[in-house]
Amino acid sequence: MCAKTLTIDGNEVSAADDATILDAATEAGIKIPTLCHLEGVYDIGACRLCLVEAVGIPKLLPACTTKVVEGMNVRTDTERIRKYRRINLELLFAERNHVCSVCVSNNHCELQTLAYNHGMDHVRYDYLFPKWAVDTTHPRYGMDHNRCILCTRCVRVCWHVEGAGTLNTAGRGARSQIIADLIQPWGEADSCTSCGKCVMACPTGALFQRGATVGEMEHDREKLEFIITAREKKQWIP
Amino acid sequence: MPLSLPKDRTKRVAAVMEHASGDKRFKILETHMKRHQYKADALIEVLHKAQELFGFLDNDLLLFVAYRLKLPPSRVYGVATFYHFFTLKPHGKHTCVVCMGTACYVKGADRVLAAVQDKAKIRPGETTPDKSVSLLIARCIGACGLAPAAVYDGTINARQTPESALQQLKGWLTNGSE
Amino acid sequence: MVLNDLIQIKERELASRKKYVLRCCMAAGCMSSNAQSLKDELEKAVAAAGLKDEVEVRGVGCLKLCCQGPLVQADPAEILYERVKPEDAAAIVAALKGGQAKVSQGDLNHPFFTRQMSIVLANSGIVDPERIDSYIAADGYLALRNALREMEPKEVTDTIVRSGLRGRGGAGFPTGLKWGTVAKSTGTKKYVICNADEGDPGAFMDRSVLESDPHAVLEGMALAAYAVGADQGYIYVRAEYPLAISRLQTAIKQAKQYGLLGSGVFESPFNLTIDLRLGAGAFVCGEETALMASVEGKRGTPRPRPPFPAEKGLWNCPTLINNVETFANVPAIVRNGAEWFAGIGTEKSKGTKVFALAGKIKNTGLIEVPMGTKLRDIVEDMGGGAPDGGTIKAVQTGGPSGGCIPAGSLDTPVDYESLSKLGSIMGSGGMIVMDQATDMVDVARFFMEFCMDESCGKCVPCRAGTAQMHHLLSKIVARKATAEDLAKLEELCDMVKHTSLCGLGQTAPNPVMSTLRFFRGEYTERLQPDTLGRPGTESAVPAGSRAT
Repeated sequence: MCAKTLTIDGNEVSAADDATILDAATEAGIKIPTLCHLEGVYDIGACRLCLVEAVGIPKLLPACTTKVVEGMNVRTDTERIRKYRRINLELLFAERNHVCSVCVSNNHCELQTLAYNHGMDHVRYDYLFPKWAVDTTHPRYGMDHNRCILCTRCVRVCWHVEGAGTLNTAGRGARSQIIADLIQPWGEADSCTSCGKCVMACPTGALFQRGATVGEMEHDREKLEFIITAREKKQWIP
Repeated sequence: MPLSLPKDRTKRVAAVMEHASGDKRFKILETHMKRHQYKADALIEVLHKAQELFGFLDNDLLLFVAYRLKLPPSRVYGVATFYHFFTLKPHGKHTCVVCMGTACYVKGADRVLAAVQDKAKIRPGETTPDKSVSLLIARCIGACGLAPAAVYDGTINARQTPESALQQLKGWLTNGSE
Repeated sequence: MVLNDLIQIKERELASRKKYVLRCCMAAGCMSSNAQSLKDELEKAVAAAGLKDEVEVRGVGCLKLCCQGPLVQADPAEILYERVKPEDAAAIVAALKGGQAKVSQGDLNHPFFTRQMSIVLANSGIVDPERIDSYIAADGYLALRNALREMEPKEVTDTIVRSGLRGRGGAGFPTGLKWGTVAKSTGTKKYVICNADEGDPGAFMDRSVLESDPHAVLEGMALAAYAVGADQGYIYVRAEYPLAISRLQTAIKQAKQYGLLGSGVFESPFNLTIDLRLGAGAFVCGEETALMASVEGKRGTPRPRPPFPAEKGLWNCPTLINNVETFANVPAIVRNGAEWFAGIGTEKSKGTKVFALAGKIKNTGLIEVPMGTKLRDIVEDMGGGAPDGGTIKAVQTGGPSGGCIPAGSLDTPVDYESLSKLGSIMGSGGMIVMDQATDMVDVARFFMEFCMDESCGKCVPCRAGTAQMHHLLSKIVARKATAEDLAKLEELCDMVKHTSLCGLGQTAPNPVMSTLRFFRGEYTERLQPDTLGRPGTESAVPAGSRAT
């Protein structure tokens, strides 16, 4: 396998030929923030948090879907990028009803952690307070649209890891929502295998185990990685 | 036509199929799907045909399409709700589409729309409680030379004013006049 | 079908031409003003007058001056009748051999007509779009025949490269370069797609081309398919255009019957199938990756590029996507040569551009002008200025992705670069004129509402950013915003423009940015003092909280 060399934040880095910028950075221990990226399922470049600058390229590049190019000089943490990331996070918080203090995922939430890391101590935009319901018809899991950021990680694991195709995005724009089957109550969606991978994949408190109370919900990401590695690479690594 | 679906999966499939077997329109839809070799790619074409036949797409129709094309229902629902052309609710007896394209907007389409909303007491996308009139807005019907334009029951009408729109509505609203 | 057949059809068609022709506009604008019954009445009147052997009543495509429809043009006298009613039919027929019909007549010597230069619309209003013979009589399919029998695919691409043709869908990417990339891509299966998902509100050029001259689009696609090595084409057309769809269906059927589509076209090894795919009301499907997802029967959400469609497009095969007008230019370029086309227009923008002229202007309708024509010539001379003694305030081009050009910049030539310098874009060709009564902040809010509704919801900046910008604009319109809100709006414009996934989001801030640039006063005069009692002027906001 031939390798490529590039510079990320001033560090010389080598990466596999078909690696993405995100792969190369992760390998080199450089952290690029992500939300829609999930190890093991294909990337969609939707959350735009992993946008990076590359010298000589006017456009910002999504690190998760951009392949490395020999000699590329990438900057992942410029002032401009930090500003955009912060606005992006603020937009997410203002878009739906994220109330950390009463959330099952409080302190185990990727969105919350990113906000802390980017010094987002308040949201400057008006909260839009849309009305969204909570679906607790499934015997084991719940779905709270108020906390959904539409990263579609749940949809992708449901289709491409479990293969059930129960969940999908319906509608469009800000009125998009995650649905089960024909927008049935989740508990009545007969294609659901109750495997729980969607709950493991969710970065926020939108998908949760029933019975979890404030701050109790952990997403057990390791279990998901274990399953994906086992399925794709036929390696069972506990 | 709406059908209340049993919870049990096999019973539900059976119910939808049985419902479909008694209706000629399902046969036409079936032929259409056959022409596309029941390919998943043809989903949007099939939904167009279904809406043309039934007027709107309700859940048992979507389930029928999903079973026939061997697709998860969530995929069919996701596509049907992505495109504004598809409607999941039946329209009223009459439809009034106010074009809100730029040319119509700068020529006062917003006032036409406001007048209709006021009179019929419904918002765009809604149908009056007595099911007589549905109000819709279009993003541009391409009749910019006739702005502001409105489409009443499929017929394009040029140079609309709030007055002309209300005149049109008069006959449609059964008990709309106060 | 061979060359001789084409010539024979043309000769037969020309020989059957009658002395007098009444051309009835049968495009959607006039059709909605009862053009069909007018045509029926004209036919009856001709029969009643016993003139069937001398007079042809021909349904044609767009006669361009849409605001005066229904239109009928009488030849050879060259009289354009306006707002014709079915009951005028007898009078018009009677006037064919001299005399005056008491029907309002348009001035064909008006700049609206005389300043036009027709390449794309050359057949519009002349040929019968529902008869392939009529197109062949206008040298239709000759370019395809010559290309298939006398040119290598690469020569066709080279011709397009040398012509300087750029994509007419909005961004202006060099067409020949795109073709070359697809031609070079390896793959046994390749596709050609015609983007007829004309979604810009206020634009109806593509609809008119499809309704008036569908065969030109088919021929252009066939030439492209030959050049890049594709054997399957799709036309993705809006379901909202039923007339265009039915004319395309007719055209495809006729072309198949003549062997101009199908296998072994012009007895060459070239095969091509063209199918229609109907859009279903999603503006974002004008974006090429979203359009391809939709052709595949999926939700029309865009995906990051690269890979570009030229390498991995429809079903991961190399795919060429061009807009309707781009394809419609191709037969004429191949027929007349690259140099002919390159001689028209400006240095970097070659050929002509079709615009749909609408809004607060006297003459609304369809115009085709050479690139580089001044905006002032278009709106004042051709369009006749604002109606009812109004004054033109701005011209909007590019729809929700474009901007408002103020009256002071009307001397700008219309080409890709000049419009982009003014913060607008060429766009697909919608040109909406606004007069002094138009509220520019409200216009910006109108376009933002459009983008918010049409955002597919996949990426955060477009989905949540347009919603927040719309919220801020609504506050400004309602006079409830502070100077800080305006600063936030500007900051969001910058962020959404640079971080969105596809063109919809990347250009959604354009109408706001261009109105802020030229009509800032309309924003600031509505600002209110904030809670600290600082006045609603921008200087009152500390520098740190201003967008940079």
